[in-house]
Amino acid sequence: MKIIQTDLLCIGAGLAGERVAIEAADNGFSVICLSIVPARRSHSSAAQGGMQAALGNSAMGEGDSPDVHFADTVKGSDWGCDQEVARLFVDAAPIAMRQMAFWGVPWNRVVPGEQTYYKGGKPFTAFEKPENEGLIHSRNFGGTAKWRTCYTSDGTGHCVLYTLDNRAAQMGVNVVDKVEAIALIHDGDVCMGAIARCLKTGELTAYLARATLVATGGFGRIYRESTNAVICDGGGLITALDTGVVSLGNMEAVQFHPTGIVPTDILVTEGCRGDGGTLLDKNEYRFMPDYEPDKAELASRDVVSRRMTEHMRKGLGVSSPYGDHLWLDIRHLGEHHIRTKLREVDEICQSFLGVDPVHQLIPVRPTQHYSMGGVRTNKDGAAYGLKGLFSAGESACWDMHGFNRLGGNSLAETVVAGMIIGGKIVEFLKGTETTFSTGAVRDAMNKQTSRIADLVACKHGSENPYVVRNAMFDSIMKGAGIFRNGKDLEKCVAELQEILGRARKVGLRSNGKGANPELTMALKIEGMVKLALCVAYGALKRTESRGAHTREDFPERNDRDWLTRTLATWTEGADLPTLNYEPATHTFEMPPGDRGYGGGKIISMDAPK
Amino acid sequence: MGRTLTFNIFRYNPSDPASAPHMDKFTLDETERMTLFIALNRIREELDPTLMFDFCCRAGICGACAMVINGRPGLACHTKTKEMPDEITLMPLPVFKLVGDLSVDTGVWFRTMYQKIESWVHTDKKFDPTAQEERMDNGLAEQIYELDRCIECGCCVGACGTALMREDFLGAVALNRLARFILDPRDQRTEKDYFDVVGTDEGIFGCMGLLACEDVCPKQIPLQEQLGKLRRKMALAAVKNILPKFLKKDF
Repeated sequence: MKIIQTDLLCIGAGLAGERVAIEAADNGFSVICLSIVPARRSHSSAAQGGMQAALGNSAMGEGDSPDVHFADTVKGSDWGCDQEVARLFVDAAPIAMRQMAFWGVPWNRVVPGEQTYYKGGKPFTAFEKPENEGLIHSRNFGGTAKWRTCYTSDGTGHCVLYTLDNRAAQMGVNVVDKVEAIALIHDGDVCMGAIARCLKTGELTAYLARATLVATGGFGRIYRESTNAVICDGGGLITALDTGVVSLGNMEAVQFHPTGIVPTDILVTEGCRGDGGTLLDKNEYRFMPDYEPDKAELASRDVVSRRMTEHMRKGLGVSSPYGDHLWLDIRHLGEHHIRTKLREVDEICQSFLGVDPVHQLIPVRPTQHYSMGGVRTNKDGAAYGLKGLFSAGESACWDMHGFNRLGGNSLAETVVAGMIIGGKIVEFLKGTETTFSTGAVRDAMNKQTSRIADLVACKHGSENPYVVRNAMFDSIMKGAGIFRNGKDLEKCVAELQEILGRARKVGLRSNGKGANPELTMALKIEGMVKLALCVAYGALKRTESRGAHTREDFPERNDRDWLTRTLATWTEGADLPTLNYEPATHTFEMPPGDRGYGGGKIISMDAPK
Repeated sequence: MGRTLTFNIFRYNPSDPASAPHMDKFTLDETERMTLFIALNRIREELDPTLMFDFCCRAGICGACAMVINGRPGLACHTKTKEMPDEITLMPLPVFKLVGDLSVDTGVWFRTMYQKIESWVHTDKKFDPTAQEERMDNGLAEQIYELDRCIECGCCVGACGTALMREDFLGAVALNRLARFILDPRDQRTEKDYFDVVGTDEGIFGCMGLLACEDVCPKQIPLQEQLGKLRRKMALAAVKNILPKFLKKDF
């Protein structure tokens, strides 16, 4: 058995994983990052828009502060977030942005004097103060009171990831790419690392670590229509759920992005609407102001996604061979702006649609985009259930996003949580020793070896993993998509349970040798269906509407009964997750109230039963 | 529409002793707005589950899916079949180590490159969490961003005559990376430091000026201009180093 030992094992080398890794390496600990793809190809690179931090340097960000950012974040979460965590985040965000600047991120900077910006499709001028010249600038994003989003044109995630990976290379972080963690090594109390499969050779290795971090991003690929990279299939969450003791939090809280292009579901940034892009229907009529007179296209993205779906249901969508869609119009922003500030958007339209956004409309529809749920951790990033296991970034439910995260908050979360949780992991490593149980390591390895042998031998059946995945796709989008109701969710849960049975009977058509992609799929399909069940079952049981979780049969946000976080665990052999609940937050800096957008009624905490 | 597309695809699984390098033929009916991302996934799911290839973002951002498409390195996710002939030949990117079929190991190659050119900001300053950020001119930030847009897909390396002949050649991607740091005032390296890294045949003087790198760059990074500037700068640095002190002047 090949065994490698390290102080910290980061599963995932995107922004959160690498930021934690750097913190540990900076403090003299050995670190290995495992990544399915070379670190710089991680999905963090695709985040175009920016990172929210209350620096308040720009004219439109004047008067901003962590308090204002906090209020936006809690409102955005529809009071589903942990307010203590949201406070930690907003206070540390400006420091993290400056640290990124120090390490080399070419943030866009304040240009003094009168500048032209756009809001709601209309140009206006604002005066940038000469004394702020050269400080980090910010742009507008949905759901915020101030312009707060730090950016590098529209390659923010890319630039920050390249900068962090440079720093990781400098610090000697060992990034092992084309390798996938397929199980955690644990004894029910302590996590001791992970079993990983090499995606170059198929070889299994046991990585032993005193601290293990799950930072594998979202699980959007349990939906067919998703903006997520194809690697975002919840791999890290599956390893956590498979332990039987680690909880996944708020899995039903899934965000849809208003503007995925049709048909490939590639995201075009919210920056388009922030800069003044508008949404049009089949009559090329701008409909959002009718629904949301104040914020229009800049309401938070769950609201925009829902309004778009609502409008298409009225028959006002544009029909196409790939289903109905709407139009995104950025033509009025002008050629210069589109070709420079929105260049990635321009490229996406030209390369993947054959559309020139300077002159043509962009076909868009709401698409799965972000997973608020994930490995539930405390404020230090420590997972519930196993000592030595941590999680950060989109794969975690830390939980500053509650039931809806704001654009620009998640990308910022990766480096801010990475900084904070990295510090806590350093404390953990300084103060804790681990005993590696050779029996637990051997058991974990043997279990994976025989799993692979069984799949190759079709011991449990010969279901095609891709066919099973397609069945899951069909079921979850219908039952647990943007609008949800009890009847469809019950059907969805029943279907997914049947699909889970099939997932347990998959077998390979090929020999499984080397980096065999059929085996890669077969190894994770059962786990993916389990994640889908956590989403659908959690959504069925949550009889209220909150943030991105919208129940047509329970349209009120119910603070009396549901100011809670769902915790899902999975007992080995079970057909459904076990659901428990905890209070959404223990501290109330900001008592539950109205978000000011999205409409909907609220059943207050003290409402009579 | 209505075309039948034929794909000739390089096949070899180095982990399987029974496998030998060969070409396989697959046919698919073309659908509207089909890209190689859609086509290759259909081949794997419908025709041959063992076919190895890499996609990640499938949106031209991450650089994972570079391969040789009808003789030319490019991103598969970018490639629309309607712009291609009926017959499409796909080969793995050269220079990089083969993982299998169309998949190559770019990760190790690039990490080696970061170490060779020390692809990070060199500074003796310490980050002060209580201090305001250092100022930078927005125009300069945008110039740095322009060069930072590289996605490390490896197309420029796969298309490079020198890289095909000598294993240690850094390639346009590394030279562009260094140009990015030369622009960045946060990097305190001197001209001599840069010269020590790329003033050799492994670096800028190995470039034969064929400039296929720029032709195939999917991000249209101005590599020709960057290589030209870097060569001039490094040549001057070399001359300065051999001239007697009293003849040196500031170039």
